[in-house]
Amino acid sequence: MSTFYFTTPVSDEDIRKVHIGDVIYLTGDITTGRDDVHIRVVNGGKDSPVDLKGKAIFHAGPIMKKISAEGEPDKYKVISVGPTTSMRMEKAEAEFLKATGTKIIIGKGGMGPKTTQGCVDNCAIHTIFPGGCAVVAAEECVDVEGVEWLDLGMPEAMWKLKAENFGPLIVSIDSYGNNLIENNKVEFQSKKEAALEGLKGKLDFMH
Amino acid sequence: MSYDKAAEERLSELVSAFICHASGHLPDDVRKRLSEMAEVENEGFAPEIYNVMKKNMEMADKLGRPSCQDTGIPQFFARVGTKFPFLDEIEPALIDAVKKATERAPLRHNAVEVFDEYNTGNNIGHKVPWIDWELVQDSDQLELYFYMAGGGCSLPGMAKVLMPLEGYEGIAKAVFDQMTTYGVNACPPCLVGIGIAGSAEVAAKLSKKALLRPVGSHNENPKAAQMEKDFEEGLNSIGLGPGGFGGKLSVMGVNIEQAARHPATLAMGLSTACWAHRRAGIRISPDFTYDFFTHKGVTL
Ligand code: SF4
Repeated sequence: MSTFYFTTPVSDEDIRKVHIGDVIYLTGDITTGRDDVHIRVVNGGKDSPVDLKGKAIFHAGPIMKKISAEGEPDKYKVISVGPTTSMRMEKAEAEFLKATGTKIIIGKGGMGPKTTQGCVDNCAIHTIFPGGCAVVAAEECVDVEGVEWLDLGMPEAMWKLKAENFGPLIVSIDSYGNNLIENNKVEFQSKKEAALEGLKGKLDFMH
Repeated sequence: MSYDKAAEERLSELVSAFICHASGHLPDDVRKRLSEMAEVENEGFAPEIYNVMKKNMEMADKLGRPSCQDTGIPQFFARVGTKFPFLDEIEPALIDAVKKATERAPLRHNAVEVFDEYNTGNNIGHKVPWIDWELVQDSDQLELYFYMAGGGCSLPGMAKVLMPLEGYEGIAKAVFDQMTTYGVNACPPCLVGIGIAGSAEVAAKLSKKALLRPVGSHNENPKAAQMEKDFEEGLNSIGLGPGGFGGKLSVMGVNIEQAARHPATLAMGLSTACWAHRRAGIRISPDFTYDFFTHKGVTL
């Protein structure tokens, strides 16, 4: 388990250094995008309005606050931003990586075989930020550069965040096709069988 | 008696402050259990994740912000004394309190109208906030629980009607299957709520009510209490760890609630609360003094 400090744009060479279980702290451009952004880019065939080449997409629906006064150009602040369940994007993520050149996916929980293959094909990784730690994440986003596709609503829009040492990001899928969460699930399943076996005889309330 | 607008206003101000506090502060019992679990989890990713969780709770408190960006669908569980003087005023006050708290906390806009599929933008929607009513005889108090039902932690929810021959083991299987699949994404360690009854909707509702009981409390029926302990031990032996990265423990606890069943059915319901278990309980008197019993010592 190694720790890396990366700055965007991240190169293929950087991505190759990383393996599942490693931890990354990321500085630079992180853009939020979840269900609707993926639907627009992948199903709708629209170009991402944010250049994501070498950068990070964050599966997150934040709480933002407008801090600019009336008449001034819009300026926002992150109040609370945390990862949402990545698996919801499984259907579209591989194509999203290909279409946008995104290198780092940030989310919660694992992703499936399609995304794993997508990470291999596009030299990308999936990472996990600890769920429910949205204030820590918000404070690691030092600036909001702007927003695109705000018509999708506050949680679904693409928020362009500037991050400083954003993490810990635990690498769950690497560019070699390894998948930490899938490995864990296999282990959980076998322990589950043993746990259910251990309950036998303790729940016979009916006889 | 005519409608008391002033009482509605006082109630909605109080409940709005109560919601704002709940969005940024976990209840005492949850905080205590999390720190006990952090002591045990001293290997792998777990210590780092518990550290970030702790830092998050401290920062939410310091900055006065919601601790998780998903502030959920607002749900109230009201136990209303039949002698509480402002019965008519409760529902409008609760709806207004959600509106105010959405701006003040601020809460994320989470109410999406079904069929018309748009976000209402203020957490008010058809039957949202969800309000569950219970009457308490010979009381003049309003006991109110508030719960933020997040997306990730609502996903493992389920109800199903088993045949009695499947037995309580069938319940165990359904719960353990769900916790090792969907449960991994529900920001563990979770509190597991199980309802057992004769039909699906009763079991489902009881499973949510089970989550309102404190972490570490037990069912009054000794067999049910034993089943809570056995399930907790069994789930912990799987070692989901914080965030589902593996560890020595899996859950904050297992709470079970039951209603008598039909001879031919054994229905079970499951609800899960994530580690950011934002449940809050308050007892309000007719003069609007209150006991914020889930968050001791807090003045609203
Ligand atoms: S499961 Fe809970 S802690 Fe995790 S993102 Fe959802 S509401 Fe927040």
